[in-house]
Amino acid sequence: MGAGKLIIILNGTEETVPEDTTLEGLIRSRGLKPDSIIVEYNFGLVKRDSWAGIVLKENDRVEILRFVGGG
Amino acid sequence: MADILKIGGRDLTSRLFLGTGKFSSNRLIPEVVKASGAQVVTVALRRVDMDFQEENIAAYVPGECVLMPNTSGARNAEEAVRIARLARAAGCGNWVKIEVIKDNRYLLPDNQETVRATEILAAEGFVVLPYMSPDLITAKKLAEAGAAAVMPLGSPIGSNRGLKTKELIRILIDEIPLPIIVDAGIGRPSEAAEAMEMGAAAVLVNTAIATAEDPVAMGRAFGLAVEAGRAAYLAGMPEAAEYARASSPLTGFLRD
Repeated sequence: MGAGKLIIILNGTEETVPEDTTLEGLIRSRGLKPDSIIVEYNFGLVKRDSWAGIVLKENDRVEILRFVGGG
Repeated sequence: MADILKIGGRDLTSRLFLGTGKFSSNRLIPEVVKASGAQVVTVALRRVDMDFQEENIAAYVPGECVLMPNTSGARNAEEAVRIARLARAAGCGNWVKIEVIKDNRYLLPDNQETVRATEILAAEGFVVLPYMSPDLITAKKLAEAGAAAVMPLGSPIGSNRGLKTKELIRILIDEIPLPIIVDAGIGRPSEAAEAMEMGAAAVLVNTAIATAEDPVAMGRAFGLAVEAGRAAYLAGMPEAAEYARASSPLTGFLRD
């Protein structure tokens, strides 16, 4: 325990992250500004105040989205 | 009397909807909104590119505008519904432009999937504005499904080819008791004015403004054209005639 790794699916791609990574930690590790993104965790939208309380598990699916220009 | 377009509980005084794709800088968007008078502004939702981080475009849309996320990228009704729910949950309000496209060459919408997505989302309380290929039967189904407006294309997205579907759009305007908003293909202000003269309730313009040399000035030009076309429609335009009809008396200057 402790030094383990696990695999998650981030934006459709397999990514290896350390065990005990929270959603908040994942987002910060990617240098993303929390105000500018929308996060879907296992197909449900999660608000910013719950990111810190979600500890990632093997095979979790995380989608990080953003509003972009469009017509 | 004020000329108000009522959609989804909002009273709109501008009949120009603005798309936010393809601007060289997001900083232009608030200026274009101001110059054009647009009150409804579309955005898209996409996966963040971890290698190329962009800004959140919603931050550039003035707060008084209606933010209308589109479901671009959806290839079927389910994907469109998912995008719409995410956008609403993210605090984007309850307006949505349904866009379901499988054809990558012409970007023509799948009318059948669009009707299905409209049914689902209208039942969930969304203000649904479906982008569609102009077809009377589909438009009737969209109206029955609870659409707030119907948005037929003038010509393919981003093509700047104008109102190629004019006669079909005219039928929708005549037959469908919902606002008809011409979306896609409008390349110049005169085409926006033409759509409004026909009785379109509004037009949605993106590429023609965003890729103009001066997008702010072009936004203003489109705003003026939409106003002019609408004013002409309300004024009641006389029919075209095959032969001349003299505007001056037909008698000779001094003799009969």
